[in-house]
Amino acid sequence: MSHSHTDQEAHNKEAMAEIKKVTIILSVFTIIELILGFWMISMTSQGLKLAVKGTIVILMMAKAFYIVAYFMHLKHEVKNLIMTIIVPLLLFVWFIGAFLWDGNSFRNLRNDYDPYFKEQATIKVEKKEEGHGEKHEVESKHETVAPLEKH
Amino acid sequence: MSTTTTASPNEAKLWGGGKSPFNSEYGKVMMWYFLMSDAFTFGAFLISYGTVRFSTNGWPNSNEVFRSFPFAPEGVHAPLVFVSIMTFILIISSVTMVLAVHAGKNMDKKGVVRNMIWTIIGGLAFLSCQAWEWNHLHSEGAWWGMNPFLNADGTASSTNFTNFFFTITGFHGFHVFSGVVINVIMLIMTLLDKFEQRGHYLMIEKAGLYWHFVDLVWVFVFTIFYLL
Repeated sequence: MSHSHTDQEAHNKEAMAEIKKVTIILSVFTIIELILGFWMISMTSQGLKLAVKGTIVILMMAKAFYIVAYFMHLKHEVKNLIMTIIVPLLLFVWFIGAFLWDGNSFRNLRNDYDPYFKEQATIKVEKKEEGHGEKHEVESKHETVAPLEKH
Repeated sequence: MSTTTTASPNEAKLWGGGKSPFNSEYGKVMMWYFLMSDAFTFGAFLISYGTVRFSTNGWPNSNEVFRSFPFAPEGVHAPLVFVSIMTFILIISSVTMVLAVHAGKNMDKKGVVRNMIWTIIGGLAFLSCQAWEWNHLHSEGAWWGMNPFLNADGTASSTNFTNFFFTITGFHGFHVFSGVVINVIMLIMTLLDKFEQRGHYLMIEKAGLYWHFVDLVWVFVFTIFYLL
């Protein structure tokens, strides 16, 4: 009786240590993400920006792994159960790749064959003012100004 | 060790009937499959956001859009501040949920009640933050079909940005809301000794799975909308 009791206690201690560890990991990853986010605000180099974004995505996936594996306890489930959940989710690999590729291709096609679409991306709206009231005005002014600029 | 060396006969027996091959309760397995399907729903939303963003020349700068917080002075520029508070609220409420599940496994009713209350408070705090942010954006003229923000390069923006933002955070907020309702029901059932009578706190585990999923989705929504 006392043996099983200490066993239980040891197991409890282990579980609590795991919860603590995962909490710290999730917090640290989030803080790193935020630091990278702040750093990115003043960044001008597009290549560096892309690298930082990639890092943030990797951190996001790591956080997702820790939540699912430890908080949702999936790691301690039977392997067959894990597989029935993880294998269907692999569809996302195709899903994300195919659709982002498609979106990108659509933009390129429109830039090549739709002059209006391309031109829209070059017409700057006048410098926006502080306060939201003026912002609205600038927006509506743009609607009338843009066609005039064309000829 | 011995189980791994004699894996194949054990496996045959595992599916031979008479015991649960997944060593898990039916409701819990079904909760997992529900969450998997829900992951595809959220995935479809977020991927369509990505597709539209990739097919558009300009896009608003999230650091310009989400730059305020409650009681902030007019014209404040504090990107990422408020959303990081929201993120930590959700992470902490996820931790208290784990602690509630853990207490339930030990048949510790007091621990379950205490941690469930903290989880519910966390959920309500998150919802309040989101309500404030929606209200703030709405007061700036942002809503479905209305986008007062310009693209990062100063060109005119379409309404895609606000449409996706309100749809996806709204759908997530609805999940948080239903999670809070589920947690309140679990708390009431715990207080009524329902789980003590059943002899197990498996329902807390299932509610916990849902709550962690809500946190998991926020990890993606937060990163995609506010950081990328």
